[in-house]
Amino acid sequence: MESVNYIHNIPFISIFLTMFGGIITPLLSKGKLAQKINFIIVCIVGILSAVLLVSVWKNEQSFTFMMGHFPAPWGNELRAGPLEALMALTFSFVMANTLLGGAKFVQKDILPEKQNLYFVMINLLFGSMLALIYTNDIFTAYVFLEINTIASCAIIMAKGTGESIAATLHYLIICLLGSGLFLIGISLLYSITGHLLMPNIQQSIIQLTKTGEYAFPFAVVIGMIIIGISIKSAVFPFHFMLASAHPAATPPSSSILSGLVLKSFIILNIKMFYCVFTIDLIRSLRITNVLFLFGLIGMVVGSVSALKETRIKHMLAYSSAAQIGYIYMGLGLGNHAGMVAACFHILAHAATKAMLFICAGGLMSVSQGSDSIHDLRGAAHRNLMAGIGFTVGGLSMVGVPLTAGFVSKLYFASATIYSPQKMVITLLTLAVSMILNAMYFIPSAIAIWTPVEKKEEYTKPSRKMEIGIGIFIVTNFFLGICYKPIIDMIELGIRLL
Amino acid sequence: MTNLMTNHYEAAAVILFGIGFMNLLLSRNLIKKFIGLNIMDTAVYLFLAAKGFIEGRAAPIVMEGTTATVEKFINPVPSGLVLTGIVVSVSVTAFSLALVQRLYKHYGSLDLDEIMQKAKKEGH
Amino acid sequence: MNKQNKKSKWQHFVDWVNGEEAIGMPKKISFKKIDFEKLQEDFEKYIWSGRKKAIFYMVMCVFVCLTFIGILLHTVTALPYFGGSNNPASNEVVQRYIENGVEETGATNIVAGMILDYRAFDTFGESNVLFLAVICVIMLLKKDKYNTTEQEQREEKEDEMFEKEDSNTILKRIANLLAPLLFLFGIYVVLNGHISPGGGFSGGAIIGAGFVLYASVNGQQKMQRFFTYKIFVRINVICLLTYCILKGYSFFTGANHLPNIIPKGTAGALLSGGLILPLNICVGMIVACTIYGFYALFTKGEI
Repeated sequence: MESVNYIHNIPFISIFLTMFGGIITPLLSKGKLAQKINFIIVCIVGILSAVLLVSVWKNEQSFTFMMGHFPAPWGNELRAGPLEALMALTFSFVMANTLLGGAKFVQKDILPEKQNLYFVMINLLFGSMLALIYTNDIFTAYVFLEINTIASCAIIMAKGTGESIAATLHYLIICLLGSGLFLIGISLLYSITGHLLMPNIQQSIIQLTKTGEYAFPFAVVIGMIIIGISIKSAVFPFHFMLASAHPAATPPSSSILSGLVLKSFIILNIKMFYCVFTIDLIRSLRITNVLFLFGLIGMVVGSVSALKETRIKHMLAYSSAAQIGYIYMGLGLGNHAGMVAACFHILAHAATKAMLFICAGGLMSVSQGSDSIHDLRGAAHRNLMAGIGFTVGGLSMVGVPLTAGFVSKLYFASATIYSPQKMVITLLTLAVSMILNAMYFIPSAIAIWTPVEKKEEYTKPSRKMEIGIGIFIVTNFFLGICYKPIIDMIELGIRLL
Repeated sequence: MTNLMTNHYEAAAVILFGIGFMNLLLSRNLIKKFIGLNIMDTAVYLFLAAKGFIEGRAAPIVMEGTTATVEKFINPVPSGLVLTGIVVSVSVTAFSLALVQRLYKHYGSLDLDEIMQKAKKEGH
Repeated sequence: MNKQNKKSKWQHFVDWVNGEEAIGMPKKISFKKIDFEKLQEDFEKYIWSGRKKAIFYMVMCVFVCLTFIGILLHTVTALPYFGGSNNPASNEVVQRYIENGVEETGATNIVAGMILDYRAFDTFGESNVLFLAVICVIMLLKKDKYNTTEQEQREEKEDEMFEKEDSNTILKRIANLLAPLLFLFGIYVVLNGHISPGGGFSGGAIIGAGFVLYASVNGQQKMQRFFTYKIFVRINVICLLTYCILKGYSFFTGANHLPNIIPKGTAGALLSGGLILPLNICVGMIVACTIYGFYALFTKGEI
């Protein structure tokens, strides 16, 4: 009998642990207890992912894990390498920190009898994101995509106000459009290749492209799957759903949604590129050019819309759309360096935007809940930590050196060397977008630090929120200064995909 | 064209998918929108079922005392996928209808534009 | 006169079909927070200003959809032929499912064996989707201070009074006869899921329909005597937990090549198929509760 390799069990254990936590939560009648259990589970998953990351990075290998008694083409499979482990670690880190910093908002915004249900959603959402990261089977990806959709809609509507429910509906319709396209895409793909597991599909795709059979259906399938996933990750023409969803949701929901949920779809997209369709095929069909174009437009349009906003959460929502544009631009460059930069930006944006939303919530709660930037004047003096966090986050979004945002922009710019025909336009758009970012982040940062005379009544910010924001700030500087090992991990991960 | 005639189930499924898609995009009434969505899902199931069918073979249930060979049965994989898909679409439909019910109670309308407009006004 | 009358009835019908209006009841909704009339005015202004935009949007939609259908039709012509026996989909995967399925899973229903043993992770996810949907509907529709008005509560009390007085003897008798039959049939379908067509989902749906019939005829008060919110949540959670633990055990032993102590039984017998029977029972209970839960929450906002 072989000995059990516990490291290889980590993806499976992480997914099942979070699912288990989600299932058991409705029995707990108190929201606070549910919150504690959820927090502990996320922390355990984070530690496990760190162990996994260290192991796969040292051994420079990726492995597949058989879900059940049957090997690859027959049973389901999970797959883990450095990229997956790094993403799982980041996701659990950001998740834990958001829940720590946003605990007060959940208790305030959601009815007490329904708080435990909110944590069911958070747990299952986290489980589904882990499954999307680790899966090696497209149908599993579809099922967990739907779990992700429902759970993310549920955390938007958890506030229960009319506005939040209307926003949820908008979000749901667009998400369902995306998953409908994805579903018909995988059905077509199954009918051509006869497989549902990614490595097997890839083999038969390589064979079929050699013989030239089914060329047209392949193009349609690839288009539909990529477009479906891109719609769900709020790429340019579909970014409007964010603008209504984020302001209406409670701050930790916005953080999770913008920082993690959208990123999990992008990671699925990257997996599709490398593990299913092969990057050469994607490049030869010019899918990357389409993504590149929409990424560029998204960067500019998102920033311009953010510039027009006078309300802080709307501004952050549009800024998210612009940052998603950055990531798609990186994917669209179509070379290895662009992909690495995009992956790094996923990490940087996950850490930064989650912090920004929590800080915005913190600033709003000391300004009578108003979200207009005018009313937020002087809020940073009332809630110091949130003010510092917002400023650091803003500087990182703009791309000031020593922050995480600077490193990703640096790598985006240097990645253009490998695609000379896209170089000029990329650099130009990067510059324009940086200026636009500065144009809306700096005035709002100045506004929150402007001292005001009048004394308003407000409650002191909680200690937990300050700790959460503090950890986020440290992370941001860490990513901005010690980025080299992380870039190495991402490069290794993409090579092993 | 002859290919289209042989693959007429798939063609019908695809047309249904398009109809559902159009309904999802075009109709302003929310209930109709979600009916469109259901049509879309159902079309995919029809497509899968058609792809699993093999001429002259039986449903994959092994009778007692016989041995199973591939020549006897149709492809079981699409059936399993359809089964999973149906449950997913039931869940999504229930969720979306619950949303619609809440919105109707709150805003007194089923028209998406009207609801979004009122929600925006309310948010200010 | 007559014609006009008819037309208005037609109009009523159209509104009813569109869900704008309930039968024989004019639209009357009270609003707590927002000034409805002002919003209506604003909305009408908005519609008039957005007319051109709307037309453009419609034309674009039709165009996009038609192109979409065209592309898909073209794709269909290039796909493998319908009903062919040597399609790419009939490969070694299908061969093993069919030829070794009975031996490896213990289930004579190959589809059940496939979804609950070979590809069980998908099915686990799918049960979670159902669970999530029920939790979402509870979050949305279970009564709280946001989604109920005083008028509604009053109306509901009146309804309950009405239900008590009302005695549809024939309906009740027949429904009470029919419901146990439905339960029995559902249980049969669930229990035989691994040896004949059926399984947890279909059987559970039948049992759920039985619950809905019983509750709609006898009133939900009677149902609440043995089926309360607490029991509902507990059944759902415990079944899904059992599912999670059993499948977790099976995945863990399978992936690490540990010996599996669960016996397969003789294929074709009721007690066979390893984990498939208990899983089917769990799924059946979840689905039955879910279907009834949807009904109860949508009609009354309570279970």
